[in-house]
Amino acid sequence: MLKNNKPFSLHLNPDLFTPATEEDKEYISAMRPSSTFFKDGMKRLLKNKVATISAIVLILITISCIVIPMFWPYAYDQQLGQRPRKRPDSSYNNLAPMQYGETELERIAEGEFVFPHLLGTDSQGRDYFIRVVYGARISLAVGFFASIIVLIIGLTIGSIAGYVGGKVDLAIMRVVDIIYSLPDTLVIILLSVVLGEVLNLEKTILERIGTNIISMFIVFGLLYWVSMARMIRGQILSLRQQEYVLSARATGAKGFWIIRKHLLPNCISVVIISTALQIPNAIFTESFLSFLGLGVNAPMASLGSLASDAVKGIRSYPYLLIAPAVVICAIVLSLNLFGDGLRDAFDPKLNA
Amino acid sequence: MSGKMLFYILKRALLALLTIFIVITVTFFVMHAVPGNPFAGEKAISAEAQAALEAKFGLDKPLPEQYVDYLADIIFRFDFGPSMKLRGRQVIDVIMDGMKTSAVLGLIAAAGAALTGVILGAVAALRRNSILDKFIMVLTTAFVSMPSFITGTFLLLIFSVWLGWVPANGTTTSGLILPVITLALYPMAYITRLTRSSMLDVLGQDYIRTARAKGVPGWKIIFGHALKNSLIPVITYFGPMLAFIVTGSLVVEQIFAVPGVGRAFVSSITNRDYTMILGTTIFLATLIVIMNLVSDLLYKVVDPRIEFD
Repeated sequence: MLKNNKPFSLHLNPDLFTPATEEDKEYISAMRPSSTFFKDGMKRLLKNKVATISAIVLILITISCIVIPMFWPYAYDQQLGQRPRKRPDSSYNNLAPMQYGETELERIAEGEFVFPHLLGTDSQGRDYFIRVVYGARISLAVGFFASIIVLIIGLTIGSIAGYVGGKVDLAIMRVVDIIYSLPDTLVIILLSVVLGEVLNLEKTILERIGTNIISMFIVFGLLYWVSMARMIRGQILSLRQQEYVLSARATGAKGFWIIRKHLLPNCISVVIISTALQIPNAIFTESFLSFLGLGVNAPMASLGSLASDAVKGIRSYPYLLIAPAVVICAIVLSLNLFGDGLRDAFDPKLNA
Repeated sequence: MSGKMLFYILKRALLALLTIFIVITVTFFVMHAVPGNPFAGEKAISAEAQAALEAKFGLDKPLPEQYVDYLADIIFRFDFGPSMKLRGRQVIDVIMDGMKTSAVLGLIAAAGAALTGVILGAVAALRRNSILDKFIMVLTTAFVSMPSFITGTFLLLIFSVWLGWVPANGTTTSGLILPVITLALYPMAYITRLTRSSMLDVLGQDYIRTARAKGVPGWKIIFGHALKNSLIPVITYFGPMLAFIVTGSLVVEQIFAVPGVGRAFVSSITNRDYTMILGTTIFLATLIVIMNLVSDLLYKVVDPRIEFD
């Protein structure tokens, strides 16, 4: 009698194993190249016409903000009527679009080419087009850097709260609760007033940017990280409960591997989307403060301060309002639409 | 009312009180961190006058004592002290004068925004993908992308400068029409989008299908089931909406020259009227915190499904 020491071992018959035929091999070969999550998302994003157009508008505005000041013959703070040792030539103030000042007209009469003032000039005789370009530049820069600040602080604190948990989490979330319930705009106004007085940036690189913008960044860093931190904490908490994390842990994966391979890739789309949607928020706040006179320092222009100046002369020169208004609406609208498109493309869990 | 709910209300009220306390403390110390003399901008004044002024505003005392006095004045007498630049006026009187106009402006704007927003959102959801729906969505997307100072100045330009239908000055009743519209546009657009998406969500629920299957008439489904349930997320927006209206009024009252709190606040900033800035910030912040508390509590009361934690 055959003594079976391993009653549960499988007695396989090697004769039953035959090589696969060509037909069988074809069956398992890939039908098309495998696609990554990023590629999939980009494909969905490019299919979304509205989002694509918004992205193109944004890229165009950004490029013109960078390129136009390089070759434009007028500077944003150059008062064209200013003459050495003479009273300023007031014929340059408040020019309508495509009009020229007196000395310029003389030069044109002599057959010289004078670069046109596409949008006219402002009350100080400065070329308005280049001021709008600089304004858009400031707005975009503020929006971009503010959301980077928010992203860094929010990501760090949110992931610490979510991953460490326990008392650390509890303490962080109480602080978040309190900051969250603070009326942010009022605090920003207050801090801008005070920081404008306290900060002394003379003779530093930051001087040209102005204390108000710096204080705005400080305030963004202090206040706006909370919603980002809250969201990232929530993401990490829910991801930690997922079965694939459990199974990774069960198969012996270490903490760092889990963070790198499971938590981060699943978080990244939400992080990118909310960063993108943070930018218009920052631009709104900057233009709001500039409108109240708490934004950029003159002679630097921002879209908010340009609009604010235009309102003062709205009866006589209403066209001064249109350019900054159109640019700011175009920027914010395309950022909003692009952000929505990003969300639709990269967050398959949201089917809104 | 269950004990759990009472506990929740208590907890939230305490958090709100703590927030208000933090606002007062932070604003007080931040304001007093401003270097230099608050009266430095005025004509050269003698040392005695300087000392008299400092005594009047309590600036001769040490800072912690000033803080305790200030806090006690607010809590027990609802008094924010005298204004530094408006001679002989108390901060709280200036605020209350402005509130008469600002409160009317804000409340009408809030009510109008809520009403039109809900109606437009419901219509858009019920006629999903129709031309009307698309039109409403495009319009609201545009409105949420426009800062209120842009919409405000354009309304001013079109309706009072060019057409001359309403006065540009917000001191009369007809002059308040444009400020109300300007303030209401953004929240209206936001509520429309909120109502639409939550209504679409509700319309896909099983209980709507059940009601339909039972033969409940369409209008009854819409008003009795769909609209009622889809308003729950809208309630959560009430707090942020009022906060938006409060801060939006700073700009709007400036544009239309409305004699409200917002304009008083902005001019106190330009005048560097520190007691006024301090008092108005605390007042408006308290208002916003209370509004947020009320809207949060209302939300929990209205929807019994929500857990108290």
